[in-house]
Amino acid sequence: MQAIEDKNGVKRFVITLNVNGDSYTKVVKANMTLANFLRDELDLTGTKKGCELGDCGACTVLLDGKPIDSCMMLAVYADGRKITTIEGVAQNEKMDKLQESFAENAAVQCGYCTPGMVLSAKALLTSNPHPTELDVREAIAGNLCRCTGYVNIVKAVLAAADEA
Amino acid sequence: MYLPDFDFYAPESMQETCELLARLGSRAKVISGGTDMMVKMKHALLSPEVLVSIKNLSRLTNIYYDEGKGVVIGASATLNDIGNSLLLQEKYLSVCEAAHHMANNQIRNIATIGGNIVNAVPSADFPPILIALGASVKLVGSSGERTIPLEEFFTGPSKSVIAQDEILTEVIIPDQHTTGSTYIKFGLRRSGALAVVGVAVAVTMDGDVCKDARIALGAVAPVPDRARKAENLLKGKAITKELLEEVGKCAAAESKPISDIRGSAEYRRDMVRVFTKRALSKAISEGHV
Repeated sequence: MQAIEDKNGVKRFVITLNVNGDSYTKVVKANMTLANFLRDELDLTGTKKGCELGDCGACTVLLDGKPIDSCMMLAVYADGRKITTIEGVAQNEKMDKLQESFAENAAVQCGYCTPGMVLSAKALLTSNPHPTELDVREAIAGNLCRCTGYVNIVKAVLAAADEA
Repeated sequence: MYLPDFDFYAPESMQETCELLARLGSRAKVISGGTDMMVKMKHALLSPEVLVSIKNLSRLTNIYYDEGKGVVIGASATLNDIGNSLLLQEKYLSVCEAAHHMANNQIRNIATIGGNIVNAVPSADFPPILIALGASVKLVGSSGERTIPLEEFFTGPSKSVIAQDEILTEVIIPDQHTTGSTYIKFGLRRSGALAVVGVAVAVTMDGDVCKDARIALGAVAPVPDRARKAENLLKGKAITKELLEEVGKCAAAESKPISDIRGSAEYRRDMVRVFTKRALSKAISEGHV
């Protein structure tokens, strides 16, 4: 990772990462979180910021396929890695079966937790295509829904798994 | 929320890392997963001038068995690396279970075992089970390396024996005769909660008789610590319900909890009694390490 120092002595780093299949090379300061990078630098505002302390999961993205809180990771740590945000879940304008299932099962209320919920569920179904209800609840334990719509969210994830 | 400004280095070798830390002195902090540090920085409880990342030291993520040494867990292994490690599932399932009950999945993919130890938070989940299993930690600094028992590592809340220019590089769980071990975390929620009380035990049974036992308590003293009097009550005795109750009471008396937002000292002490008893019967009956 190359470091560049400007005339005021402020250090920036050149990072190259793949986001939703597109490669980006950007120059960032080390104190930029991945959540702020995605939202402010790439305008991918589907990634939400909630508590920003690693509790609520609104900022969940996939890092090399694994769910992480993007507010709890420095953007420089994503150098050379592959990120999937909610904008990368639908393919060719067609919603993913999980997204369809969230809509069909009324699993979306205010919608703020939904991107994170979908990504946590996506990672679960990729590694475990036929999860139990407990598996689903554990997988979304780091995603808080303050509308408390968990019942339908769990139902939606299980229905999407059944369809596969 | 935005993080305060800091200078940042991501050295690629251990030597370079130690030299940097020695040169920068107290201006620098080591960062690995960063999940604890970033919360502190966002709350302005910590404002390091320089962060030195050890994430590029790739061999620190390995988990392997070294004949004659034991199971070695690299300091940058994430909690999920540990929970999902087939080697650990086979040899020390109790360590995987401890990992699985920490934080939440997203954080478990970032946070590391090294950070969990070095932060020296009294309620941390790894130290009790690792102390019960007799684990050591390797510290590497610019003037050499040393390996010390984990139970001698902590000196107080957020305090340990690690020097400014040292990094914790690995955790070593030695080969042992233990027949059963477990860690029970009592938190107020199942996910994302800190331990109110954490009890880890490792026992060596010969039939009904307990030949050896280690009991380590978390969140009930300034540092994770062993309940040695309670251990001694067990050694050489046949296990009965009455004995386990007595051991639980003894461990409770040895603990030194404080009252805080998660529970009163009195409540914590009684929960030490309950969970010591429960952890011992689980470790004895399930019979896996």
